[in-house]
Amino acid sequence: MADLHTVNKSPFDKNSLEQAIRFSTAGSAILLIEDGVYGATKGTVAEDMVKGAMGDKKVFALKSDLMARAIKEDRVIDGVEIVDYAGFVDLVEANDKVQAWL
Amino acid sequence: MKLAVQVNEGPYQHQATDSAYHFTKAALEKGHEVFRVFFYHDGVNNGTRLTTPPQDDRNIVNRWVELAEKYDLDLVLCVAAAQRRGLVDDGEAERNGKDATNIAPQFRISGLGQLIEAAIQSDRLVVFGD
Repeated sequence: MADLHTVNKSPFDKNSLEQAIRFSTAGSAILLIEDGVYGATKGTVAEDMVKGAMGDKKVFALKSDLMARAIKEDRVIDGVEIVDYAGFVDLVEANDKVQAWL
Repeated sequence: MKLAVQVNEGPYQHQATDSAYHFTKAALEKGHEVFRVFFYHDGVNNGTRLTTPPQDDRNIVNRWVELAEKYDLDLVLCVAAAQRRGLVDDGEAERNGKDATNIAPQFRISGLGQLIEAAIQSDRLVVFGD
């Protein structure tokens, strides 16, 4: 059973990304939105945690929120998929449930 | 797919309401049905018609109204949250002896049961908040 987990907090502000990664089951999708997209940046202390999660989960980041924070595609961790709002809708449809880690 | 959307934050305060709007719009444009958008907690502030943001800024309230007009969306403010924050429609003005209303067109005030019903009737509930 695959679920979509949305994370809207920076990993340098709150531990919601860590929580989402810890409690989500294998095959789940994690979508980084709003300040959550800071978790998709290369070279931070959160990078290893995100890469570890990609072993059995997929990680996505919302394009407009990356752009709003001047995080260019080449600064996004390899393997993190960038989606637009239409892609967000597709992720909601593709998974059984949506859990927002507010 | 049938979707329900919950918005917990007010306009111009947190990105949640912008995210919820863009998500809802994208879902409708893809042909999905949005059963209801439920505004809870400070989210009820999305439903006042009295805001006047600067002309070069987005008008968050009018944006919801226009989306609702185009797609016949059901925009519901939580009644207890609305009463606390002074969001008033004709019924609430009458019931609580208020001298004015401020609810925007296309919005209505109702109970928390509307959120539960939306969650039951929809395939997914997507929550935006802080």
